Amino acid sequence: MRMKVLVIAAAFLAGISSAQASGEKIELPQIDWSWKGPFSGFDKAQLQRGLQVYTEVCATCHSLGLVAYRDLADLGYGEEEIKAYAGNYEVQDGPDDEGEMYTRPAIPSDRFVAPFPNENAARASNNGAYPPDLSLMVKARKDGTNYLYAMMIGYADEAPEDIQLMEGMNYHKYFAGHQIAMPQPLSDGVVEYTDGTEATLDQQAKDVTAFLAWAAEPELEERKSLGIKVLLFLFVLFVMAVAVKKAVWRDIKH
Amino acid sequence: MATKTEFNNPVVRWVDERLPVFTYLDHEYNQFPMPKNLNYWWNFGALASVVLVLMIVTGIMLAMQYTAHVSMAFESVERIMRDVNYGWLLRYIHMNGASMFFIVVYIHVFRGLYFGSYKAPRELLWMLGVVIILLMMATAFLGYVLPWGQMSFWGATVITNLFSAIPFVGDWIVTWLWGGFSVDNPTLNRFFALHYLMPFILFAVVGLHVVAVHITGSNNPTGVDVQSPRDTVSFHPYFTAKDSVGLVLFLFVFAAFVFFAPNYFGEPDNYIKANPLQTPPHIVPEWYFLPFYAILRAVPDNFIGAWMGFTLINAKLAGVIAMFGATIVLFFLPWLDTSKVRSARYRPVYKWFFWVFLADCLLLGYIGSQPAEGAFIWIGRAATAYYFAHFLIVFPVLGWFETPKPLPTSISEPVLKENS
Repeated sequence: MRMKVLVIAAAFLAGISSAQASGEKIELPQIDWSWKGPFSGFDKAQLQRGLQVYTEVCATCHSLGLVAYRDLADLGYGEEEIKAYAGNYEVQDGPDDEGEMYTRPAIPSDRFVAPFPNENAARASNNGAYPPDLSLMVKARKDGTNYLYAMMIGYADEAPEDIQLMEGMNYHKYFAGHQIAMPQPLSDGVVEYTDGTEATLDQQAKDVTAFLAWAAEPELEERKSLGIKVLLFLFVLFVMAVAVKKAVWRDIKH
Repeated sequence: MATKTEFNNPVVRWVDERLPVFTYLDHEYNQFPMPKNLNYWWNFGALASVVLVLMIVTGIMLAMQYTAHVSMAFESVERIMRDVNYGWLLRYIHMNGASMFFIVVYIHVFRGLYFGSYKAPRELLWMLGVVIILLMMATAFLGYVLPWGQMSFWGATVITNLFSAIPFVGDWIVTWLWGGFSVDNPTLNRFFALHYLMPFILFAVVGLHVVAVHITGSNNPTGVDVQSPRDTVSFHPYFTAKDSVGLVLFLFVFAAFVFFAPNYFGEPDNYIKANPLQTPPHIVPEWYFLPFYAILRAVPDNFIGAWMGFTLINAKLAGVIAMFGATIVLFFLPWLDTSKVRSARYRPVYKWFFWVFLADCLLLGYIGSQPAEGAFIWIGRAATAYYFAHFLIVFPVLGWFETPKPLPTSISEPVLKENS
């Protein structure tokens, strides 16, 4: 009976994951990300490069509204660097003593300033399309990290002949429906990395994906390191519980 | 509570003479006689009560940080995840706790089905259990709406719309449930209030469930009644020790999900803020509702109407009735099962039907996760028909035809035989 139960439980779990993977079948490229293992975390240098790609390219259209400038400390930046970065952006504040609204440079406690004041303004500047907020993008798509990477590299110069592109749309290998409003954002050498890494399309796509994976799950490293301790503790406790149970039941025939 | 326990501590004695809570605890959780042959499947009731407490505690802490407003709910959950100290831990425990609760309770239910724990004199105990499942489902549904993601919103829309199937007053009831003309801020507010209320009702019913099991005593793998003190051991230390083993193992699995795969049971779409203008491509409920979702969708158009010539019932209403019926039928199980033998160990035919039924439930779960098209529709209908046939045909008929294996004369007998 125990075997039977295990087999059924396994089949059930497999069923859940295959159920989650259903939908239109588009095979995403599978990348071996540095933070996927149970013990591994982000590469800070990569996150910094990813921030650079986000800042110079994505941020033109996409907001990152759930992330605060102070969170950039996770990427290895110091207080002054974060202040300087935030200072590049203007936020509206107020009202002041005169009752007037005013703009001031952003400070570390502000959230990332959005490129557009509202959705309508964003649509008006983007041919009617709304560039979504990227804070949770990695968690909001199936296989989110690979999906995001695929979005960056999936453009082709020529659409296959059987696809009729709509006005202002671009052909994309991995996007559902294969037509995407976003023009190809990255290509070789779009940014010039300050750390000297060669800015190939692939490198930039991976870096910005890493940055957005961090933005979606800033707790990831803390979560895993606490998780290892909790599981170790429970394992020891389990061994003790089994020993206690055996000792208590030693003289009972059952 | 015939005899009072004597306590040495003067304060405990003073309180106990005036309010015998310590005597009660001593009787029910220390001396309480348990069949000594219980296997680890009997851990799951205790596990469920631990999860319930964990859900209430984490839930109260989350509620201190959560804002039930359509324009702030989604962001407030993300603030919990990012800015509240260990907020991510609280929320992931609560989120995965819902799945763990259902896993544990479903195993508890199937254990009851296998060993016949619903039969006399435990009918009321079983029926309280069915009430608990219904309350759990309502609570889980209400809670899933609170993060105000796409699945929250559209799940709430689909499920509340089911009530529109009620003849004559359906639409009126739906408007009343919503507090408006669509799922909106009033809906979110009341769902939050109810999601906070229901667990305490649930807790009270669990209390009754526990009182009831302490009246009849636990069933056991042989299904044979306890006959003498030789068949039992005291709850403490024997079952506190045995339950601890299961509990720690369970917490290990729970923690593995919370820390290493916290979104395994979730839908990515719920990390997109609710948008009433954009329907997600597939609206799927949480995994623990999938079998019921499959039953809901299984009833074909005009099936009942054509069959019974009864125009009041359309397919939607029939589906809703079938879905609720799938749980309600459990209330009648103690009387639908005509076999006098409790445990499937001594029911050679029922044993097979049990596994077929379990497989049928898992199949329904799979169908519920798939779009309602092609072969899935027919498999879903067949599996639904079998679900009800299991209760309405197999249980009554099997009791008459099946020849059970000879029962042991007591719980101790098979043990003593093995050991001699």
